[in-house]
Amino acid sequence: MDERKTVLQVKDLQTTFFTDSGEIPAVDHIDFHLKEGEVLGIVGESGCGKSVTSLSIMGLVPKPPGKVVGGEILFEDKDLLTMTETQMRHIRGNDIAMIFQEPMTSLNPLFSIGNQMTEAVLIHVKSLSKKKAAARAIEMLKLVGLPRAEEMMRDYPHQLSGGMRQRVMIAMALVCDPKVLIADEPTTALDVTIQAQILKLMRDLNTRLNTAVLLITHDLGVVAETCERVIVMYAGQIIEEASVKMIFEDPQHPYTKGLIQSVPDMRYKKERLYSIPGNVPKPGSVLQGCRFATRCEFAFDRCLKENPELYETSDAHRTRCFLYDGEGVGMHDNKALAGSRGIEEIFPG
Amino acid sequence: MTTKPLLEVEGLKKYFPVKKGMLGRTVGHVKAVDDVSFYVNEGETLGIVGESGCGKSTTGRMLMRLLEPTEGKVVFDGKDLTSLTSDEMRKTRRDIQMVFQDPYASLNPRHTIEKILEEPLIVHGIDNPKERKKKVREFLEIVGLSAYHAKRYPHQFSGGQRQRIGIARALMTNPKLIIADEPVSALDVSIQSQVLNLMQDLQKEFNLTYIFIAHDLGVVRHISDRVGVMYLGRMVEMAASEQLYAKPLHPYTQALLSAVPVPDPDYQKEQILLAGDIPNPANPPSGCTFHTRCPHKMDICTKFAPQLVEQDSGHSVACHLYSDQVDNDIKQMEGSL
Repeated sequence: MDERKTVLQVKDLQTTFFTDSGEIPAVDHIDFHLKEGEVLGIVGESGCGKSVTSLSIMGLVPKPPGKVVGGEILFEDKDLLTMTETQMRHIRGNDIAMIFQEPMTSLNPLFSIGNQMTEAVLIHVKSLSKKKAAARAIEMLKLVGLPRAEEMMRDYPHQLSGGMRQRVMIAMALVCDPKVLIADEPTTALDVTIQAQILKLMRDLNTRLNTAVLLITHDLGVVAETCERVIVMYAGQIIEEASVKMIFEDPQHPYTKGLIQSVPDMRYKKERLYSIPGNVPKPGSVLQGCRFATRCEFAFDRCLKENPELYETSDAHRTRCFLYDGEGVGMHDNKALAGSRGIEEIFPG
Repeated sequence: MTTKPLLEVEGLKKYFPVKKGMLGRTVGHVKAVDDVSFYVNEGETLGIVGESGCGKSTTGRMLMRLLEPTEGKVVFDGKDLTSLTSDEMRKTRRDIQMVFQDPYASLNPRHTIEKILEEPLIVHGIDNPKERKKKVREFLEIVGLSAYHAKRYPHQFSGGQRQRIGIARALMTNPKLIIADEPVSALDVSIQSQVLNLMQDLQKEFNLTYIFIAHDLGVVRHISDRVGVMYLGRMVEMAASEQLYAKPLHPYTQALLSAVPVPDPDYQKEQILLAGDIPNPANPPSGCTFHTRCPHKMDICTKFAPQLVEQDSGHSVACHLYSDQVDNDIKQMEGSL
């Protein structure tokens, strides 16, 4: 069993956007935890609520129209949702830091890297002298593998490449030694060779500094290479949760299976890609039954009427699907469901 | 499959001038595409991969003369496109169509789908209004939408559906060659596979030839028969896709392939991490442009740019490592000095 302490616990989180066209439950009753030094991935397609989840944790959901309407977010047993803005500001950066997809828009183009880095240090450690803050900033820039860190302090964001900017963002996020780092699609805007550098850096820093990482991504390859555990989200809900090994070896939810099958594999050529029929539902458009039912090959009557809960299918593996409901149809075995067609036909390869 | 090349590109170059100062004097050039040659056979798919700024999109645009090449020949179906007048070129575009990356930006938001799809027919003077309307509905069904979608506007569709419309528009004039520039990179994984499957089906149905430009190596392998790898404006390697992925020769291709995250946690791979970033194309390194990041750099690499030379049948690489080439390169360069 995992002995590590839980640093972040999200309980029954609900974040809703109140728009002119109605209420949109972007995050719909989500539970998960993050342990000390762990790398947890949240994977899903656009509009599944993965980014809103991270913004909710940071208290950065734009309101209006968004609002966290229920649940708890416990960081070291304190509920972030009941904190005042001043308290939250202390948590952000000090204890929980975040990096975003597009480093250019997260850096201020009018200030030098040194200026922005030392500001980040001084906000959180007010007693520090400017000189010491600058030294700390340089130390962090070196830690993330930036060459000529001293000179870079004078550079402006536009003078750096995308990969370097993302390194600066990581350095800035880690400057106060946070316990949790939330990375929202940190490599999506980067080229593959640069992505490989940044992912390696994040893995190294995770081992060296023991910072817990919540990695939000749409790329299953990134998940497989970086994370220990993974949560798959669909239409605002967690539909599967397991160790990375289990997700790829024994994916249970039909959506997870379909998603893994849809990715073209660089190692060998598939004659034809598996594709999940239909489209990702617009947030808030499916409110009854299983969110995935209309696109699911295995859907039966019950799926259209009731929303399944997350069933614990084995140790630390949870799946939101009636196929895994112990008392339900009792079809743990996919073959029985696929019937005469055989599972291979439905999920070739 | 016939083996006659439908398109042959020879020594294609695009230099963008860099202007500075009050008088706007040209102080240098960005060599976006520098001496690229390749061919595409009828009915096949040629993939072009590379990272941002490598010139793959510029190459695609020059083939259609949406950008005028600085130098080089583009021979399509026996005609050199670079020598055509703009009027003749417009007529030729009936046979060469393009699918763009961003299905949001490439469809006019104020036109109905019917109008969008009908336009290429009107431009090329094909059919009468009644037949055109019929054809629009027919092609909507072919790309997996419904005839009733004709009266709707682009914003009423999802990203995947819009890309289907983009593909339908490219098909309207019954082209021979389709240049697809990152057609699936804006789409979610589950939608991406639908569009890729559709493109493969259409290729069979209409005997289409594709040039598929993308940065995603997995996607390119899936759809391409042959693949060309570009780096900083040059084609560094070209081979049948099976060959290229099984036995990449160029150090850049090797690093690129090893950098792609594989969705399998048990997969052990040897990762070649490239140091540094892609150099500035306005001021590219001397000799082989990859030498600044290459793990196998030799002296000659900083001096002479290697030529793209065939190693195995159909497998060409531009790298000094494949040694019998080195001597030739030196002689050639000395000769030209």
